[in-house]
Amino acid sequence: MNYIRKFYYGDIPEDKGGAEISDSKNPPSGGRGADWPLWEVFIRSKQGLDHKHAGSLHAADAQMAIENARDVYTRRMEGESIWVVESKYITASNPEEAGELYDPAKDKIYRHPSFYNLPDEVNLM
Amino acid sequence: METTYSNNKFSKVPPQDGFRVAYILHLADNSLILGQRNAEWCGHGPVLEQDIAITNISLDLIGQARSFYQYAAQLINQHSPSPGGGRGEASEDSLAYLRTEREFKNCLLAEQPNGDWAQTMLRQFLYSTYQYYLYRFLQTNSDTTIAGIAEKSLKEVSYHLRWSSEWVIRLGDGTEESHKRMLRAVDELWSYTGELFIPAPYEKELSIDTAFLKDDWAKKVNTVFDEAALTVPSNVFMQEGGKTGTHTEHLGYILSDLQYLQRAYPGCDW
Repeated sequence: MNYIRKFYYGDIPEDKGGAEISDSKNPPSGGRGADWPLWEVFIRSKQGLDHKHAGSLHAADAQMAIENARDVYTRRMEGESIWVVESKYITASNPEEAGELYDPAKDKIYRHPSFYNLPDEVNLM
Repeated sequence: METTYSNNKFSKVPPQDGFRVAYILHLADNSLILGQRNAEWCGHGPVLEQDIAITNISLDLIGQARSFYQYAAQLINQHSPSPGGGRGEASEDSLAYLRTEREFKNCLLAEQPNGDWAQTMLRQFLYSTYQYYLYRFLQTNSDTTIAGIAEKSLKEVSYHLRWSSEWVIRLGDGTEESHKRMLRAVDELWSYTGELFIPAPYEKELSIDTAFLKDDWAKKVNTVFDEAALTVPSNVFMQEGGKTGTHTEHLGYILSDLQYLQRAYPGCDW
């Protein structure tokens, strides 16, 4: 028997994903968190940096997802801006295709900018 | 000086400061007791994310309580600096852990049971709305410590208000079941809202006439109830007494939980 169902990004089935839920007026009928769609959370730690993936959580709608993200992922001053996106909208590369996708880059070290002498004044390269 | 205050162990505090200490303890007790109530959800929230959300609010409230208790302890100790008198020097811990039920001045709303999630959300919403307008008012208080704590806490309270309003709307205007539960919560809690706007003797002495907060409070509650498809009850008998130490039966149980360790192992530390 299959007790654990593991979903990969972009792989969230519609029947479990609660895709019909779009606002606070239409909460999921089951009322359990398991019926709420999964959201991916991106946090920007400070002005000028990129939003980085922080994790995922369940929420009934986008507003709740932002607030849950605030409570779960920014309690220790990790960020000052939050993006959330429903996990089912993320298309992920297939791990089985990793070979053809990434391996060809392995022997092309000339793509790294490591053949230049940088002046000391240049930081953060 | 009102009876519940002059009877306690801090009788060396002169009346003018006595009222101030009583008021600060009232603010502290409100936050501590509601924080303790919300903390009962820890590990029991309906979903992990909401479990964290409600306990975050708990921690905000307990943080506020600490600030107020520290200030109250400082004022009490100014007037009786030498340890002794049964309880030694006042501290935030002694004020939270070693006062009796009759000495607590929190409003009755804060001590009401969690019930289901609907009842906890409604309690939070009704109280946060009150707290929001109260702290906004206290920000300009002539007592700069009270004003400072109010100003710092206002951001937290604004978030509590926003978060709990959304839950009241979500459940009130949700499914048949959630609506029914919200109606039950309104029935359960409404009679404890009147007390918030009846100033206790110490509030009157300090010219903190909470009655004038009622209009703003009612307006906000009306707006949210409208959206939540709930009706504001009318002609409900209002309970009172919490602010002067006459509590519902629930407070004793809360305190026995909260104070057990310090009562059983005095001075216990970790």
